[in-house]
Amino acid sequence: MTRQVVLTVGLLTAIQAGYAAVTPVSPFESAAWTVPGNGVDAHVLAVLKQKKIQPAAPCSDAVFIRRVHLDVIGTLPEPPDVKAFLADTSPAKRARAIDRLLAREEFADYWALKWCDLLRVKAEFPINLWPNAVQAYHRWIRDAVKTNRPYDQFARDLLTSSGSNFRVPPVNFYRAVQGREPAALAEAVGLTLMGVRFQNWPQDRRDGMAALFSRVAFKPTDEWKEEIVLCDPAPTDPLKAVFPDGTAVIVKPGDDPRNVFADWLITGENPWFSRNIANRVWTWLLGRGIIHEPDDIRPDNLPVNPELLAYLQKELVEAKYDLKHLFRIVLNSRTYQQSPIARGPTATAEAIFACYPIRRLDAEVLSDALNWVGGRKQNYESRIPEPFTWIPEEQRTIALADGSITSTFLQMFGRPARDTGLESERTTNMTDGQRLFMLNSTDVYKRVTSSVRLQRIALQAKGNRAKQVSGIYLTVLSREPTPAEQAGAETYWESAGIGSTQAATDLAWALINSMEFLCRH
Amino acid sequence: MNDQPHDQFLTRRDALKGMLCGAAGLALADQASVLAQAAPRKPKAKAVIQIWMWGGPPHTDTFDPKPDAGYDYCGPFRQALDTNVPGIQVGQMLPRLAQQADKYSIIRSMTHGVNGHETASYIVQTGHKPGGRLVYPSLGAIVSKFRGYDAGYTSLVPPYVVLTRAQGRFDEAGFLGPRYKPFVTGGDPNARRFAVEGVVSGNITDDRQKKRRELLHSLDSLKLATPGHPVTAQLGTTESKAYEMILGDAGKLFDLSTEDNAIRQRYGRNTFGQSCLMARRLVQAGVPFVTINYGGWDTHKQHFEAMRRKLPQMDMAMATLLQDLEEHGLLDSTIVWWSGEFGRSPKVAWPGPWNGGRHHFGKCFSAALAGGGFKGGQVVGASDATGENVAERPVYPPDVLGSICELMGINPDSPLPNPRGLELSVMPSGKEFGEGGGRLKEIM
Repeated sequence: MTRQVVLTVGLLTAIQAGYAAVTPVSPFESAAWTVPGNGVDAHVLAVLKQKKIQPAAPCSDAVFIRRVHLDVIGTLPEPPDVKAFLADTSPAKRARAIDRLLAREEFADYWALKWCDLLRVKAEFPINLWPNAVQAYHRWIRDAVKTNRPYDQFARDLLTSSGSNFRVPPVNFYRAVQGREPAALAEAVGLTLMGVRFQNWPQDRRDGMAALFSRVAFKPTDEWKEEIVLCDPAPTDPLKAVFPDGTAVIVKPGDDPRNVFADWLITGENPWFSRNIANRVWTWLLGRGIIHEPDDIRPDNLPVNPELLAYLQKELVEAKYDLKHLFRIVLNSRTYQQSPIARGPTATAEAIFACYPIRRLDAEVLSDALNWVGGRKQNYESRIPEPFTWIPEEQRTIALADGSITSTFLQMFGRPARDTGLESERTTNMTDGQRLFMLNSTDVYKRVTSSVRLQRIALQAKGNRAKQVSGIYLTVLSREPTPAEQAGAETYWESAGIGSTQAATDLAWALINSMEFLCRH
Repeated sequence: MNDQPHDQFLTRRDALKGMLCGAAGLALADQASVLAQAAPRKPKAKAVIQIWMWGGPPHTDTFDPKPDAGYDYCGPFRQALDTNVPGIQVGQMLPRLAQQADKYSIIRSMTHGVNGHETASYIVQTGHKPGGRLVYPSLGAIVSKFRGYDAGYTSLVPPYVVLTRAQGRFDEAGFLGPRYKPFVTGGDPNARRFAVEGVVSGNITDDRQKKRRELLHSLDSLKLATPGHPVTAQLGTTESKAYEMILGDAGKLFDLSTEDNAIRQRYGRNTFGQSCLMARRLVQAGVPFVTINYGGWDTHKQHFEAMRRKLPQMDMAMATLLQDLEEHGLLDSTIVWWSGEFGRSPKVAWPGPWNGGRHHFGKCFSAALAGGGFKGGQVVGASDATGENVAERPVYPPDVLGSICELMGINPDSPLPNPRGLELSVMPSGKEFGEGGGRLKEIM
């Protein structure tokens, strides 16, 4: 059941007044907005007005379709989809594209990947979930994303499940922690579900919360690496604990303190719970938290736009923790659909969401994008000696379950190690080594020279250079070239003094190394 | 957070402040040594070559021979060789290293007790036991930080280079972040052309490199449309640096064909031999940390056959490396550190499926250290008659790492910035591992 967002006439007028007309920068911007915007924009515009900063222009359809594919399903759009989208004249086409993407299988793959980062899903050191449990846990997480399991239920399952790590996958939540003492478990709970750094709290508050996890027990079975997570039934005295808000509680013998904690945390009234997830979803889509870092929420780390955050929390709670609803609100906003070109200093604009933030593609997404353009697969390596793991040729990198299965490429491009569950484990900086790899490695060389996709474009162009150039653009950058780009590329054929095949290779190489390909924008 | 400035040399004032605040790792007994460190002193060593014996080399077949232990322990290697240092013997498969024993010291009492590759690799290279929700940086990353990027290192060749394949056993940079990860060369230095990943391309002429770079510049529309953007700036600087490597002098560093054929032969025409030669060239060019990732030592089965193949290679290359470093005047400033994550079980597993194999052994193993301020011709500690237990002077991984840090001018007790803001020192004391350890003062 999809919750509808109702826009009042007053709100619409206010939003429209907030966006002044500008001369668009080709091919990244459009002259006029074609989407109505929503409550997100009213709150973002209020802060922009106060800071006297202009919002960016609307992004062009070509930018939008590539962006929304990368953000929602971590996958480049197929050229026919791009063409169909660009040809569609319906004003609702962006909203429809969003709905289609939210229903794709890759949506489950990509967001399971995200959750697996935060939940530290890896077989080996230093988490040591072991391969069987990784597979079970990953499947459970992916299934939760795919079926859009309400987030409150997802969180409760993580917090309170008991049983075998193979048969009741969410119990792995407590196993995917370095250290099993109550404080370590409390720290993981705080970080993941409340977005707080437990270790920085005062000692008494830490002790109070740790007590709630002091009865989590682990016991092995006869099966290799199987482990039962349970509430220790032995203690018979009442347990004294303190909730993070300072309220003392006494847990009766026989009650599982994890349930007591979950009952406290998971309510619409508890700001910690909805604030964490609303702020995270926003961060994932807009590149920066309303509270930033999103997993370092504390009284002296203020939201840049408290009303916006409150609005998202309210929407989420009223939609019964339907995360796709939150995605839909954000993705359909004008704020999300702004151009990446800020009208003012970039850092200030990005911090208050006055433009779309340019970020290098995630390691896994870039890996898949290169595989897609270049038609070559990654060679994975694993530190796991056994059981033997076989990864099919067509396996997408974003669908890898295990953080311990990796490749030189993924390590070089800052895939998170899944050691701590911190959002900052993932890095999207461009390093010298990455740039060198992209510009001059044998790997990238082989991709551009042996790509079946690019060869097919050359064949179909039958010597028509303009057609070949536009085909390469559509494949690598998911858009048609501008007239100037078309002319510039065609000149290269004449001026470089090299064969036609080499010239085409160099064009593909140049586009792969352009900012537009390397980044989401 | 990872990039915050940090002094690599502890000044007197910092040391005093550290003591007043009770900074991590400053036990009372250590105060005197920290003060001694506090006076600015020129570090003895400028570089480390880590010969990483991936898989775990057999200590009793290499630097801790037990010729009297009998067939069940020695297998076919029942002799030990006298070296050029009276009283020190090495395994019978190391005749060339036997003649260089005055240049290196042997530690025969390494111990951490862990028999898993991952955990042991982590312990030996970080000095920490796993756990505590932090993944610590390896020694290479620490050197890369304190003697590389934070010490104004500007060479185009990154300060931490791995020949030729990544270890892949753990995240070498740990919480220091990807900036301190090693540059992995790929390729094979023994091939006709050492195709260093990204630097040396066998297929594109310099002229075409320049032309297509111009093409990239003219078509990079988003970059042209966002001149002030931080990502644009990052793409610009990384690109300039990359091309200086591709088209400039840095790339020539990897061209081994400029070396005399005779010296290439002396190292041995195999990947490990030529990696050792490459390591010398890198050190000569000012790179402070080079890891040679030398695999193939995980010999559970048919161990002795493997050793007959591998040990002569290792012997030849390592002996030549020590000599060659000395001939170039580099041995005094270059630490050569030979170690695996553990040793191998001194008792041979004769029955099938092992057919004469040796298994993982973390309770007692050997390491070797040469140059850069480490004395040669010494033995630290001792194992028992079979090499199965430490008999004297246990040495724990942080003892070795801390000693290397000291000689590299990095105070192992100075604070290490970390994402959780905890009070950590560059290298822990070995106390977590057991009693009786300590840095290797006897050979420094």
